[in-house]
Amino acid sequence: MSHPLRGAAAITGLGMTPMGRIYGKSTFELAADAVRLAITDAGLKKDEIDGLLINAGITGTTGGGLTLGLQNYLGLGNLRLLNHMNAAGSTAAQMVQYATMAIAAGMATHVVCVFADAPLRETTSSGAAYGGAARAPGRPKGMAGLYAAAGYFGANTGYALAARRHMAVYGTTQDQFGQIAVSQRAWAVNNPLAQLREPMTMEDYHASRWIIEPLHLLDCCLVSNGAVAVIVSPADRARSMPQPPVYIHGMGQGHPGDHARAGSDWETMTGARIAARTAFAMAGCGPEDIDICELYDCYTYTVLVTLEDYGFCKKGEGGPFVEDGKLGPGGSLPTNTGGGELSAYYMWGMTPLSEAVIQGRGAGGARQVTKNGLILCTGNGGNLSYHAALILSPHAN
Amino acid sequence: MTQPAVSKPLPEPDEPSLPFFQGATDGRLMLMKCADCGAFRLPSRHHCDECLSPTFTWEQASGRGTVRTFGVMHQRYHPGFALPYNVTVVELEEGPRITTNLVGIDNADIRVGMPVTVEWERHEDVTLPKFRPA
Ligand SMILES: [Zn+2]
Repeated sequence: MSHPLRGAAAITGLGMTPMGRIYGKSTFELAADAVRLAITDAGLKKDEIDGLLINAGITGTTGGGLTLGLQNYLGLGNLRLLNHMNAAGSTAAQMVQYATMAIAAGMATHVVCVFADAPLRETTSSGAAYGGAARAPGRPKGMAGLYAAAGYFGANTGYALAARRHMAVYGTTQDQFGQIAVSQRAWAVNNPLAQLREPMTMEDYHASRWIIEPLHLLDCCLVSNGAVAVIVSPADRARSMPQPPVYIHGMGQGHPGDHARAGSDWETMTGARIAARTAFAMAGCGPEDIDICELYDCYTYTVLVTLEDYGFCKKGEGGPFVEDGKLGPGGSLPTNTGGGELSAYYMWGMTPLSEAVIQGRGAGGARQVTKNGLILCTGNGGNLSYHAALILSPHAN
Repeated sequence: MTQPAVSKPLPEPDEPSLPFFQGATDGRLMLMKCADCGAFRLPSRHHCDECLSPTFTWEQASGRGTVRTFGVMHQRYHPGFALPYNVTVVELEEGPRITTNLVGIDNADIRVGMPVTVEWERHEDVTLPKFRPA
């Protein structure tokens, strides 16, 4: 028997502002632009929106980020569902999950899920925008202070540690990470929304400077200003709305917890392993049925370990799996078809989600993948700490 | 390697970690050990992260461990660090992992799994655990 929530709701609206080094708008202004675009896209009137889920990006921590006050900025007076959520990069997929559950429970009809961030200033580098403890004034307190004292700064460090562990345990190579970056750039070339559209070679990859070995600059995601909003609606409403619905077939989460604990394998076994079981069971499919992957790619390594954890290949074989370029255009597993966070834009979990909606609608233009029946869309946050998945489809059943 | 003029960010002991930093000053690596289930943990919390027991004792760790993983930093985030430097996670014999730096070894020679032993880096009012090849 089919899961009762499989196909119960669909994504009916998508709004995206310009993204990248765009300046002059607050996160609230960016969010309002994205929400306006999404409502128009869905053919709705603002008063029909009765759910609002909000995710601030890094500015939620560093200042100037979205708050619950966005409701008032948007003038939404009919809300039956409202929350400000944060599970880092897994939040976007989670917002769609909670929206779907609320819709299925009769608690809301049209739910806006919105992300906005503006960490970049004209005078600061991307690294400075995400420097973690390096930007904190004063002395760090207690055991947490050992991280800064060791020069552990930002997510770059955490993912380098994870990637190194995978290399040591499974023999994964720098070239294999590089192939992921190259494959994704090949997709970005045909994405007008992408920040980096110049073709990239393996030589370019190896020539890019080290951030923290084993991560080159081209292993790391962009930093972007901008906003993305999606609208989730009941499936029976979605059919008569203007855009081709992108139905939600499967949902799952997995959160493996503290890295410092004895016995943790956080570096190579992520929450995706847990989320995969739930999401595939709900959707009634397995990795062999997935046509397109839109995987959270804060780093090349994140893509590799996520592919393993969803069972596209065996644990430890992610390197050889990606090496032949099968993730790129024309490959057997089209992955991050807009260029992803590495080459297109970094809107946390809205990056894979927005591209999944575009591909599910068949609106990908020159980069559209013909076979788009089942799309796996993932979000990941912290240092491989939080994970959420959606399995999406243009088909209701 | 020349020492940068600016100090790197040095931790300030908080209440749960005070015996850890006092131990460091005395050259002893101190861990919390759960009085109920026996699990060791870094002293960052009052409750055992295995069984949630709030009862624990302080135990001196052996100071031995292995390199769990490491990275070599080339990006300047803080003026207190001379580039490049390693950031290393040591898996202590007792189980918990500690984020630190290896000393007495070229970054190019660091290997995952290599045995290491604690050594103390003394600053004016705080001492930090670093590790060197055993
Ligand atoms: Zn215990």
